[in-house]
Amino acid sequence: MTSETTGVIKPRVRLGDRVFSTGTVFAGSLILVVLAAVAIFLVVQSVPALVAKPGTLPNAAPNFWTYVWPLVFGTVWAAAIALLISIPISIGVALFISHYAPRRLAQGLGYIIDLLAAVPSVVFGLWGVLVLAKTIQPFFVWLNANLGWIPLFGGVVSGTGKTVLTVAIVLAVMVLPIMTAVCREVFLQTPRLHEEAALALGATRWEMIRTAVLPFGRPGIISASMLGLGRALGETLAVAMVLSPAVVINFFLLTSQNPNTIASNIALQFPEASGLGINTLIASGLVLFVITFIVNAIARFAINRRKAFSGAN
Amino acid sequence: MAVSVARPMTNSLTTGRLPRGSVWMILLGSWVLLGIVFLFVQMAGGTKQYNLVGALFLGTVLFDILVFAIAYLVEGGRQARDRLATSLIATAFIIALLPLVSLVYTVLLNGFARMIQPSFFSQSMRNVLDAGGGAVHAIVGTLEITGLATLFSVPIGLLTSIYLVEYGKGPLARTITFMVDVMTGIPSIVAGLFAYAFFVLVTGNVGYRSGLGGAVALSVLMIPVVVRSSEEMLKLVPNELREASYALGVPKWLTILKIVLPTSIAGITTGIMLAIARVIGETAPLLIITGFTASMNYNLFDSRMMTLPYFVYAQYANQGAHQSDFVNRAWAGALTLILIVMLLNLIARAVAKIFSPKLGR
Repeated sequence: MTSETTGVIKPRVRLGDRVFSTGTVFAGSLILVVLAAVAIFLVVQSVPALVAKPGTLPNAAPNFWTYVWPLVFGTVWAAAIALLISIPISIGVALFISHYAPRRLAQGLGYIIDLLAAVPSVVFGLWGVLVLAKTIQPFFVWLNANLGWIPLFGGVVSGTGKTVLTVAIVLAVMVLPIMTAVCREVFLQTPRLHEEAALALGATRWEMIRTAVLPFGRPGIISASMLGLGRALGETLAVAMVLSPAVVINFFLLTSQNPNTIASNIALQFPEASGLGINTLIASGLVLFVITFIVNAIARFAINRRKAFSGAN
Repeated sequence: MAVSVARPMTNSLTTGRLPRGSVWMILLGSWVLLGIVFLFVQMAGGTKQYNLVGALFLGTVLFDILVFAIAYLVEGGRQARDRLATSLIATAFIIALLPLVSLVYTVLLNGFARMIQPSFFSQSMRNVLDAGGGAVHAIVGTLEITGLATLFSVPIGLLTSIYLVEYGKGPLARTITFMVDVMTGIPSIVAGLFAYAFFVLVTGNVGYRSGLGGAVALSVLMIPVVVRSSEEMLKLVPNELREASYALGVPKWLTILKIVLPTSIAGITTGIMLAIARVIGETAPLLIITGFTASMNYNLFDSRMMTLPYFVYAQYANQGAHQSDFVNRAWAGALTLILIVMLLNLIARAVAKIFSPKLGR
């Protein structure tokens, strides 16, 4: 046989192999096509809004950027407050599950927190507006009366509790499970030898966590925060139901004049929009897409860097 | 020599310890104390109802301070900080549980009575102004749209993960991995806008609405989840199994179909179930592309279709004259939705438990 002389055995190409591998390549490429389609269709539909003449856009905005700027501010503002609330809590919960709770309970407690992730956002919205907003409104009044000299708590306090702070609390609850899950995974990966070394040197449990667990988990905490931020930025219905929106930019947390978010604005305006209004909303959706893309990219970067540089294992 | 000599305490090892259980006593004590304080506030007319949450919350804060102070005096600064950290971390966990408990409690309390009324699962909202009506059109719509989205995303997602694990090397695989990551981060409303833009360009109808569009939008959200979870599961299949199969002369595609997939089928099914559970509660894309209707529509390819999450939102957002009728329907819809998601989660866990391959002995 010729293969014996050349030393190379040519593999037989089977039809089944061909069909199957082509099928998988096709499916993989389809994902690329879909993503490209998302970008292209959104851009195509946004162009009319981007080049619109003054006076034709909603809210009497002179151009698209003046229209979208308060929304961008509101989106980032609400998500930032939500993150401020949820970062310490999620780190605490993750530490509780990974290092404090009895081993036998830990997994069950993890499931309970994961249950929060299973609740659809519209239910969070309903709960936020019908339960949380009403419950927390007296507290807002108190905050406004006693701490109103701080600009954040100033202004005329809302009578319904449908403020940006309530929204931020709901968003914080919604992003808590994903952030806790990521933090927990990273904390559990802390090398046991580091922990035991710290304890052997006489560290208390908290000192062990501060010197061994938290430094090791810092990239994980960063990426968890970014993932949470990405979720909070894109959240729609909970914000649309809870917030009482206005076209403003302000830093007041407790008034009924709140900057709206991009996603919530789309959800509220789209059913009644027509013509250029639809293009404007799609263009603002494109802006949201770009913002979340950047945030998620930072998250991936933080995770991947840890994999590369971690000298622990 | 039974006489113990009292020595001055000089280092941290010889300082005192708080007796066992004293922390719990302090916690109980501070709750009781604040409870009494709030009782006085209520009797003095400061609050209309007894503020239990406030008492528990401020009591916990007082507890944190007290534990720190007492431990600082008895045990020294390091132990005190350790105890403070412990109590704060436990407090964080309790705070995280509060919304879950409150949410489950209110949804059950408000939704159950309305949900068990027979009309809820047998009638649509057609010609219903106040009382009565049901969500059967929304439930049918949700099941059809999510089912179609699953039909779209499972083959694509599964084949892609097979490509990434079994075939993928080089730039194409890296690009796909990156793009799947990007897709995971697409906000749900953007997926809805995409489906809308797509169908408007294809059909030329600016007011386009249909269940098909909703399924496309949900697939955009679902595919990356399916790819990620299936990829993880396929990676878990030991290479020895593949090599054993190749050694017997089995072609690669048959190895994948007969060895790799059956080994990981339980995990893949679990991942798919969880992906379904995640998209079934999505409202934002459906709000845009499937639209609102009060009537039953079985046809995925024509005209507007109602879905359960949008039903909840619509009942809340467009309340009629008798508000309680609408709000009750919203709660009942929310409860139904949560039950469906819970059921999917339970099935997923059961599948994972029953069918997972027994690798160890």
